Amino acid sequence: MYKILKAEKLADKIILMDVLAPRVAKHCQPGQFVIVKMDDKGERIPLTICDYDREAGTITIVFQEVGASTVKMADLKAGDGFRDFVGPLGCTSEFVLEDLETLKKKKMLFVAGGVGAAPVYPQVKWLHQHGIAADVVLGAKTKDMVILEKELEAVAGNLYVTTDDGSYGRSGMVTTVVEDLVQKEGKHYDVCVAIGPMIMMKFVCLLTKKLELPTIVSMNPIMVDGTGMCGACRLQVGDQIKFACVDGPEFDGHLVDFDQAMKRSQMYKTEEGRAMLKLQEGDTHHGGCGNCGGDN
Amino acid sequence: MADVLKKVPVREQDAKVRATNFEEVCLGYNQEEAMEEATRCINCKNAKCVSGCPVAIDIPGFIKEVKEGKIEEAYKVIGKSSALPAICGRVCPQESQCEGKCIRGIKGEPVSIGKLERFVADYALEHDIKPEKAETTNGHKIAVIGSGPAGLTCAGDLAKMGYEVTVFEALHELGGVLVYGIPEFRLPKQKVVAKEIEKVKELGVKFETNVVIGKSTTIDQLIEEEGFEAVFIGSGAGLPMFMGIPGENANGVFSANEYLTRSNLMKAFDESYDTPIVGGKKVAVVGGGNVAMDAARTALRLGAEVHIVYRRSEAELPARVEEVHHAKEEGVIFDLLTNPKEIFVDENGNVKGMKVIRMELGEPDASGRRRPVEIPGSEYEIELDTVIMSLGTSPNPLISSTTKGLETNKWKCIVADEELGKTSKEGVYAGGDAVTGAATVILAMGAGKAGAKGIDTYLKEE
Repeated sequence: MYKILKAEKLADKIILMDVLAPRVAKHCQPGQFVIVKMDDKGERIPLTICDYDREAGTITIVFQEVGASTVKMADLKAGDGFRDFVGPLGCTSEFVLEDLETLKKKKMLFVAGGVGAAPVYPQVKWLHQHGIAADVVLGAKTKDMVILEKELEAVAGNLYVTTDDGSYGRSGMVTTVVEDLVQKEGKHYDVCVAIGPMIMMKFVCLLTKKLELPTIVSMNPIMVDGTGMCGACRLQVGDQIKFACVDGPEFDGHLVDFDQAMKRSQMYKTEEGRAMLKLQEGDTHHGGCGNCGGDN
Repeated sequence: MADVLKKVPVREQDAKVRATNFEEVCLGYNQEEAMEEATRCINCKNAKCVSGCPVAIDIPGFIKEVKEGKIEEAYKVIGKSSALPAICGRVCPQESQCEGKCIRGIKGEPVSIGKLERFVADYALEHDIKPEKAETTNGHKIAVIGSGPAGLTCAGDLAKMGYEVTVFEALHELGGVLVYGIPEFRLPKQKVVAKEIEKVKELGVKFETNVVIGKSTTIDQLIEEEGFEAVFIGSGAGLPMFMGIPGENANGVFSANEYLTRSNLMKAFDESYDTPIVGGKKVAVVGGGNVAMDAARTALRLGAEVHIVYRRSEAELPARVEEVHHAKEEGVIFDLLTNPKEIFVDENGNVKGMKVIRMELGEPDASGRRRPVEIPGSEYEIELDTVIMSLGTSPNPLISSTTKGLETNKWKCIVADEELGKTSKEGVYAGGDAVTGAATVILAMGAGKAGAKGIDTYLKEE
């Protein structure tokens, strides 16, 4: 059992938790992720690492309620725990392994959409701790959905907040901000790291291709074991098949086949929908899920 | 009087019934049947069967005890060589090992050694007969990576010698391929695997789940920071292989590893578990090994019409004879000498069919099997909604890429000698699929035994 030390709601359907997992906290680096399993019958759910405290042995995770399992997970409180918590999985962000002096010469732009702010934070924090100030575009649908603004402000160079509906910060999609920064406000960047919903990463990449700005994305496909065994997380990257769990999760965004990746992530949508229906109806569930044989 | 040339038949679930459930197919012998079958063993002085067993169980020795109804004694004889007899009795390819060498097999059917082993082991599980453990520990700490057949065997053997063993498992359950790979209907998880692992725990072995060596910690750190004096790597096989044909990333194309992991480890076949699985209405399983048979029979139980698509002929099927026989009985259709060319995808990204081509057998290739060659112009299309690729695996890089001085070969398998499992790195031993590529449970157990012997020799020399 991996104990939850803190559980906090960051925004509607977005939860932050501190979990005691000393082995993971000791070894994790920016870019990596964990897999959690709530209970005996739960799914293995990949989650990004938002922060870590090596001394305290804790990992901070942030997740959004999207399917039956994450809705159930959102009910967990401080003092509860996960049956399983494994990691760190995946490769570290490339810059962690780069020569620091070379890295210091590069100007980096991070683009964080929605919950994507969570995996962006440890990367920008790491750079900050190594004397590098990276710019960050933080986007959300609306004011109430902006998360980790204060935290990012403390570690970023310039922080540009934007909301789709213009209720806070700049107005419009993250792509508009990136385009404005580069084309109207005279900013120059050597690398862009975009993390958020797949559709956002796709459009950021279409834009940065045009701007000739190399872009790294962090993919979050369907996974089962997350240790390089099942192949569920495979992606088309250029002319190669890559496994997000061991080759990624970060890839050259200009080579990723996003349309295929988005279709693949829909694979269990109906199964997920059924599971959600069952969860909502609880013991009163009597058919309609297409799975249980109705009133039998 | 029964025909002495034939095996005492073993009871099985009816094919029609079992094709719709996940209960174990083979029901095994009862004591009466086992004792009768045991009388067929002629107790050869120079028993060939023993040399056919990768862990060299004293087969005539345990069968002699069964013959006399001394089942606990029989278990002790097996226990000297094998820590996992209930598992091996179920999944070993006996026909090419012990039973393949049995003298009885020349004129009739060999003694049913596998079924006898299973009976003895199940009896021990039911009657909670404890394995014999070391009287005191010797204070030497050993780390074993992976709780599959190689790791469990190595850990069990070392614990019996008095070592303090900790097994690190990457997944949330213990057992490796025994829990994620082999289906419930062939190897029950609670009744058999969990109980047999319990016996290894009783020997004093400690287990830690959710530790991915190479990520959560490394072999060098286990040695330098956690005080382990030697390490055995039994991390198993790795990433699934695909064919590289068009359409392979469509929704509805799975590796057998994924399909089986969902069903076996995550128990997706059971409604009360959260992990989903797409059963499929019409499924093609590409490949002819044991894993292909397991995937096919799982899909069948989930309600699909299932075709095995295999590019060679029946004689070359690498699966155990019993698995092929069971699959056929249950209604799996075999499309032999057939190979996929392309997977057709609909506008939503889902599989809708597959183009295949007929094959014929040509000259023998490097493996000694006749090489399948395409028959020009023989392509045809089949309608499908699910394709399961069961083409084998390539080694997982997590350990080899994070361990200093650990040599791998051109296939990226860890290099280790057969006799003692010694690798290029001092104090590090390895065995099982991580060394050989995908093979069998019993070969991995043999390698686990070798590794235990290697580590014991190494630490005694120190």
